[in-house]
Amino acid sequence: MGTVAVLEYHLVGYRRTWRGSALSSFVLPLLTMLGFGVGVGSYVAPIDGVPYLDWMVPGLVASTAVNVAIGDATWPVLGNFQWIKIYFAQGAAPLRVVDIVAGHLAFILFRVLTSATAFLVVAALFGAVPSPWAVLSLPVIVLLGLATAPATMAYSASIKSDSFLALLYRFAVIPMSLFSGVFFPVGSLPAVLRPPAYALPLWHGVDLTRAATLGVAPDWSAAGHLIVLAGWAIAGCLLVLARFRRRLVI
Amino acid sequence: MASDQPLVHARRLVKKFGGFTAVDGIDVDVHRGESFGFLGPNGAGKSSTMRMVGCVSPPTSGTLRILGMDPHRDGPAIRARLGVCPQQDNLDQELTVRENLTTYARYFGIARRVARERADALLEFVQLAERATSKVEPLSGGMKRRLTIARALVNEPEIALLDEPTTGLDPQARHLVWERLFRLKQQGVTLVLTTHYMDEAEQLCDRLVVMDGGKIVAEGSPRALIEQHATREVVELRFAGDSQDDYAGKLAGIGERIEVLPDRVLLYVGNGDAALAEVHARALSPVSVLARRSTLEDVFLHLTGRTLVD
Repeated sequence: MGTVAVLEYHLVGYRRTWRGSALSSFVLPLLTMLGFGVGVGSYVAPIDGVPYLDWMVPGLVASTAVNVAIGDATWPVLGNFQWIKIYFAQGAAPLRVVDIVAGHLAFILFRVLTSATAFLVVAALFGAVPSPWAVLSLPVIVLLGLATAPATMAYSASIKSDSFLALLYRFAVIPMSLFSGVFFPVGSLPAVLRPPAYALPLWHGVDLTRAATLGVAPDWSAAGHLIVLAGWAIAGCLLVLARFRRRLVI
Repeated sequence: MASDQPLVHARRLVKKFGGFTAVDGIDVDVHRGESFGFLGPNGAGKSSTMRMVGCVSPPTSGTLRILGMDPHRDGPAIRARLGVCPQQDNLDQELTVRENLTTYARYFGIARRVARERADALLEFVQLAERATSKVEPLSGGMKRRLTIARALVNEPEIALLDEPTTGLDPQARHLVWERLFRLKQQGVTLVLTTHYMDEAEQLCDRLVVMDGGKIVAEGSPRALIEQHATREVVELRFAGDSQDDYAGKLAGIGERIEVLPDRVLLYVGNGDAALAEVHARALSPVSVLARRSTLEDVFLHLTGRTLVD
């Protein structure tokens, strides 16, 4: 009830900006298809017998999902505490902290799902989504959003200045995007660089999404992937509730 | 709930932040229909008290009952019947004026159609109807304040909590807010407000407590407090030179009490004109003279030895 009202608030705000964000949700994959598919793809040999474009698309879908999840869980969350203070306004209403968190998280997941779906649709139009199992990537994307957004919201709720967000991007988000099997298999990394990929959520989402869009078995056990993602999701949710409570109930 | 039961009831209420005691054992009762004020300087514990009453800040110790309920157990149920106007506006700058009200109404489970009707009626009430579809960001400070007050009324609250409702507004904007709050009080809404402006307290409060250092140092109606803690009139004298202290001795015996401030001397007297005649009779020639009625500022000065607004 309260959660739905909070989600509704975020959607009303989104009504003002959705055209721009929807446009970029389609333009970005379009440019990627042209750049990588027509350009880079023709120089790169197939991976495991799969054309490079087809191999890379699921990685980019998962990576887009994580980018949207983390992007929406950083500056907007910090701003809602530090600048426009909208969380405090919500806290004065008969909402519980869990409503405030869950309503915002639901909005972020909606953004994650629509952006990733747009990417998949564009890729499918370019013929880069060979398997109908690709629809299974949508629940994976939602789980990937849950594995990344709450933990990031918890981080954003724990800082007072956006310079800490730059640190998060420099030392966590960008390395994770580069070394999680989006552009090349994790197996081709030096052994010392592989554990971070296995510990962080993105690679697990990438491997599952890739299995879905290519219609093949994942490189790793599917159950293992789901357990790691669920672990991040549960820990993130517990953490974000604790951090929000600490800021809102003082 | 019995009609004589106070809407806000606090006993030995304490709020600590680590080693710092913001609210130090206060007793407060606010009754239905009353307009009640917390008057005190910045840091007196007013906002901490308001946040406890608003059920967003758990008391460290003591008893607190709002609308007969326990904030710890019934927080959301209590907040459903409160309207909160925080010290700092926390409107959504990107939404329109009306959307700020309608989205907030939804937090109270108010149906969309009702939310729209109330938003329009409230915008009429705070004189922002013609700005309904404007974004918040370009509004003036006074308009934002009125919108925040309108938002606090969207659930037709029984108690409106107003934390420094006019701080930072220009005189014209303040008077407009006061006038709206007075209308609200006439409609039967219980007002609980904090302020460090004595004129605001005198304008709006039936009854108030004076807070200093987390404690209540006096309680009563503005008139009773002035009668009890100050004389009828005050003469303010400014003397040339660096120190006003030298003049305290020369003025001794005039009126009931003398306060020496860094920039002026205050004489607490029954009759300002008679006191002034006496000052001139002693061949003292202040550079400026002002005879006025006593205010809550004088009450605060007398109780704490300090002025309200630094």
